[in-house]
Amino acid sequence: MLNPLAAAPRRARRLDRAIAIAGGAASFSTLAVFGWIVWDLIRLGLPNLSWHFLTGEVETAGRSGGIGPVLVSTLLILLCCLAVAVPLGIGCAVWLSEFVRRGSRASRIVTGGVDLLASVPSIVFGLFGMTFFCQVLGLGFSILSGGLTLACMILPILVRTTLLALEGLPADLRPGAAALGLTRTTTLRQVLLPTALPGILVAITLGVGRALSETAALLFTSGYSTRWPDSLGESGRALSVHIYDLAMNIPNGSPNASASALVLLVLILLINLTATGLTERWTRHLSGTTS
Amino acid sequence: MSRSRTDRFVQWSLGGLAVLSGGLVLLIVVFLLLGAWPTIQSGLLSHLLTDETWRPGSDRDPQFGLLPMLAASFLVTALSIGIAAPFGVAGAVFDRFYLPPGFRRWNHRLLELLAGVPSVVFGFWGLTVLVPAINRLHPPGQSLLAASLVLSLMILPTVALTSQAALRAVPESETLAAAGLGLGRARTIFSIALPAAKSGIGGGILLAVARAIGETMAVVMVCGNIAEFPSSLFDPVRPVTSTIALEMGYASADHKALLYTAGLILVLAVAALVGWLAFRGSKNVPASG
Amino acid sequence: MIWPINLVKKRFLLLSLLSLALTHCGGDKGKTPTQITLTGSSTVAPLAADAAKRYETSHPEVRIDVQSGGSSRGIADTRSGLADLGMASRALKPDENDLTAHRIAMDGVCVIVHRDNPVAGFDKQQLIDIYTGKIENWKALGGPDREIVVANKAEGRATLEVFLDYTGLDSADIQADVVVGENQQAIKTVAGNPAAIGYVSIGAAVSEAEVGTPIKPVSCDGVPPTTEAVANGEFPITRPLQIITKDDPSPAAQAFLDYLKSAEIDDLVESHLYVPISH
Repeated sequence: MLNPLAAAPRRARRLDRAIAIAGGAASFSTLAVFGWIVWDLIRLGLPNLSWHFLTGEVETAGRSGGIGPVLVSTLLILLCCLAVAVPLGIGCAVWLSEFVRRGSRASRIVTGGVDLLASVPSIVFGLFGMTFFCQVLGLGFSILSGGLTLACMILPILVRTTLLALEGLPADLRPGAAALGLTRTTTLRQVLLPTALPGILVAITLGVGRALSETAALLFTSGYSTRWPDSLGESGRALSVHIYDLAMNIPNGSPNASASALVLLVLILLINLTATGLTERWTRHLSGTTS
Repeated sequence: MSRSRTDRFVQWSLGGLAVLSGGLVLLIVVFLLLGAWPTIQSGLLSHLLTDETWRPGSDRDPQFGLLPMLAASFLVTALSIGIAAPFGVAGAVFDRFYLPPGFRRWNHRLLELLAGVPSVVFGFWGLTVLVPAINRLHPPGQSLLAASLVLSLMILPTVALTSQAALRAVPESETLAAAGLGLGRARTIFSIALPAAKSGIGGGILLAVARAIGETMAVVMVCGNIAEFPSSLFDPVRPVTSTIALEMGYASADHKALLYTAGLILVLAVAALVGWLAFRGSKNVPASG
Repeated sequence: MIWPINLVKKRFLLLSLLSLALTHCGGDKGKTPTQITLTGSSTVAPLAADAAKRYETSHPEVRIDVQSGGSSRGIADTRSGLADLGMASRALKPDENDLTAHRIAMDGVCVIVHRDNPVAGFDKQQLIDIYTGKIENWKALGGPDREIVVANKAEGRATLEVFLDYTGLDSADIQADVVVGENQQAIKTVAGNPAAIGYVSIGAAVSEAEVGTPIKPVSCDGVPPTTEAVANGEFPITRPLQIITKDDPSPAAQAFLDYLKSAEIDDLVESHLYVPISH
């Protein structure tokens, strides 16, 4: 793609090589440390994984049995969270990017509020969720309370990353659409959002990762119950809370904590693969219609 | 239905969503303020700023000093960003300009996966691997250094992924034009790509700063939780969030109000920081544009 | 070109419908079960959750929600009525005498050191000297020439309070190098540091040592740390695991409380490495 020009002076070439080495080292060491962490999880957790572990009831506080109900609760919490956070976050980002001038007072207040929200400690979200959703709104310790609390927490990631995707769109798209006589809504629906979809999916995957890995915000909201959930109004323990309890509170819980963490990683991998698959199909679809 | 009416409807409803998103933080601040009210009323507030350490449970000599913990929060955050930002950005440059496209997808996918590793796992790993290693250098192992390293690992995927997205958003036409002008790859990166991606990378780092200040469960396991100003990298520290996590479930009424106050002050301090960064950012925009 | 966005929209619609359906299907099941909520001590919660599961199989009309989060939270929630029953792993304080405590099990707290540490036990004065910083090196206790790393529990934790009760110290006296929260954090801290000392639940310490975690539960005032020593009252540092009630609990909650106090959960108490109370 970029051709390191043969004519370039030797110093530039040396700088180029230095960047390549530094960047490569940075990438490689990052992945190596993570590889170490994941390898530890595999080493300790894999022997405990089985079909029964994935589908079974939690027994003796998690030391034996499986994580079936916990998995179901986790997915329900995630669904609640995304159902609220995705429309809210994308709506907010679209408004910021397409309907107000960048740097205007309204835009700065809203971005400031969102950035500030990002820096609220997760445990404060937990306390807030417990008071506001569980008590004030009367939802109790429930999957719904947990999902809503998580939605507040991942909202800034969604807004920021979607905004990035929209701002990265080619500058000539908007005047082009306007020249064709499209209204803003139509431009948005038919041009901007479809083109920005890959970026928006990145935003959602980042949010999903953050939501699935969160413990502190859920401990006080969706709770601790390991029953099979049969409504969103019931308490259900999330996988991350289960991992925390096993690792920090239950004697001899570590092996199953590692196994559960491994399951969580695979779950995130599956969600990411689905998102990437969708993005690729979508990009192909786009280039198919435009060419 | 006229087109402009649809436009206006969309504009207003999106505006509503935006106001809701931006206003949520106010709701949280009000909630913290209500929780902190007993402390404010009882005049303990000045203790928070003047006491030397944090010992609210002591009968003989209770101490409510918040400053060492605020300092710890900011130190840990600054150090972890100092580690994660160069690694993340360098990794992203490598990914965009040097890595063959076939590998790029895998790099991306791995980083996304890492963004989802639960904080407990990092804490666990930090406590069983990193802390004993640091302990061999300088006891007790639980330290400012350990907390910063664990935290920098946790925020690295965020920095790397947002930087990658920002670099990818730089139009290829511009980088190709630079190459066509005979600028080497290195010059293209420093003079074209990085400046163009600056705001995106900055936004990512801001997200990472926020995440670092707010992170709780991993840090609490490796920081040592001693509420004093550290004098070296190997001293244990106690960030504000650790205190809330350690004590909230175990605090009686007055103690709880103190913890809410600590949370409130942390959020306000971060607000000041974010406001300052945004102010600087808005000053920079016209200068560079 | 338009369809995928519509598809996305439809998915959300479907999602919200699904959530609505899910919220309502709980109520459609006819008779709503009686709900009992317990909140409090993370030490008691796993035991109570197991007991609740067993109780529910024999009492299908009852649904018991156990929420973890700390003794003081259990006490506050019981007071405010958020919980029917609270769980606490410490005795009630003087300003909490509007509530009633019911003992369901006993737990001992023992001192742990690293497995490679030759020191076999402490008496009360030695513990006081270590935790107040008067003894700073293992050499003074017959160990290697290494500075002691003192791990203490965080403010408000029940384990800290029983430790302070035993030693007669105030938390202002303690000179700690590391402060930890949950039991397992103390265990991992000591396991990763040959010079560390900490204190945790006896059951947790003994069972972790059995599976090969490099820690050593040591004797206290000459009494070895075993659940038997806690059961017969010889072990010096113990605490009650309790259920907290306010005024009159509902009949359903009372029935579950009676169950928790009965000998029927003794095997569960033992499986969680606590000591059943003698009936």
